[in-house]
Amino acid sequence: MSLENLKSFDPFAETDGGDDKKDYIHIRIQQRNGRKTLTTVQGLPKEIDPKRVLKFAKKEFATNGSIVEDPDLGEVIQLQGDQRQKISELMVSSMGIKKSNIKIHGF
Amino acid sequence: MSEEEQKKSVAFGETTDLENGEKVETNEGTTAEGHSVAENGDAEAPATFDPSAMKKKKKPKKEKETENGEEAPKENGDGEGFDPKALKKKKSKKAKADDEAGAEGDGEFDPTKLVKKPKKATKKKPSGDDDEFQKRLEELGLEDKKDEPAAPQTQEEIEAELAQGTGVWAQDNATPFKYSQLLKRFYINLYEDHPELSGDGRLKNYKIPPPQVAREGNKKSIFANLPEIARKMKRNPEHIIQFIFAELGTNGSVDGAGRLVIKGRFQQKQLESVLRRYIVEYLTCGTCKSPNTTLMKENRLFFVNCNICGSRKSVSAIKTGFQAALGKRKKQQA
Repeated sequence: MSLENLKSFDPFAETDGGDDKKDYIHIRIQQRNGRKTLTTVQGLPKEIDPKRVLKFAKKEFATNGSIVEDPDLGEVIQLQGDQRQKISELMVSSMGIKKSNIKIHGF
Repeated sequence: MSEEEQKKSVAFGETTDLENGEKVETNEGTTAEGHSVAENGDAEAPATFDPSAMKKKKKPKKEKETENGEEAPKENGDGEGFDPKALKKKKSKKAKADDEAGAEGDGEFDPTKLVKKPKKATKKKPSGDDDEFQKRLEELGLEDKKDEPAAPQTQEEIEAELAQGTGVWAQDNATPFKYSQLLKRFYINLYEDHPELSGDGRLKNYKIPPPQVAREGNKKSIFANLPEIARKMKRNPEHIIQFIFAELGTNGSVDGAGRLVIKGRFQQKQLESVLRRYIVEYLTCGTCKSPNTTLMKENRLFFVNCNICGSRKSVSAIKTGFQAALGKRKKQQA
């Protein structure tokens, strides 16, 4: 007689385990004057060239942007306007970044 | 049933669903835009942002850049994906976006789901376990041969039968009740009469008053009922304020009446979504989804302790992250 059902579920297992790669990509938004906003992308993986991403994003989203060198956070992409959804979609679909590694901040 | 459940959750008055609806809409808007852009920009090379090109050329590109300047990326785009690919990719993108919209609607920001799942589990489990047990008994050749002809019924059917007094529950019914049926009846009755008793109070209606947001002048918003919300959530207002500022990428102050003055224009639904995120991250228990938790700080780490199931999870401290420099250059230099 087997008592297999006893070991089917471990109530003391760690919750939210999984692959705990905490290198999130943060996408933030900042308000400027009036209705204008600024989108920043922080923490891109090293193997992705921000220059190239920016170049494509500028063309694709019809917006301007720049790369800012931050002493702590490295290169940060800035884009004019609220491009949070667009840039995250872009990263998921064509840069092979998992959606769970992207954090979108702001309202 | 589902309607009833949707009300149970973290609710901000009536605007709860609005936000999700909006999200979907905006998503569709953006994707539609992207689609048309793709079609127009078909002929242009760089619009095909080929992922393979992207990844492979990443490192070489840096070297090339020093030699060729900006020529390299264009060639990549030209060579690899031209018109058919571009179209395909855009379509898949759209599909993905739709998925995302759906997922967002159900997942992160909508705690109704969180509440919904455990409840169904508690109700349906008894029947499954029982059946299994029964089967095992039969396999083992033990006595106890109560035949179980009826496959496990759906929740709705059982409820309907219960309410109308038909089926097994009819007056003149001669067949004996099964344990699973009685158990189900018990849970249904308990849930109807004392919803707070069934399932550790996790079904309890958890409501937070909607944030009251007013505009002060042209550039500031006032979040009036923050103290009240903080009290309801049993959190330090400071912590919530910190989170709000970090999320919105702004700052502000607390005025004499305890109201929060935020720099920048913000609407109620915007703050609502921020609060929702706060609740998911710092309020709900990771195990039982109950909002009855306390936040503790232990040697620089924040922990959320659940008061109901006793579980404990660490949460990340609030980080502001990158803040772009705004405003006039002159001011910064001075």
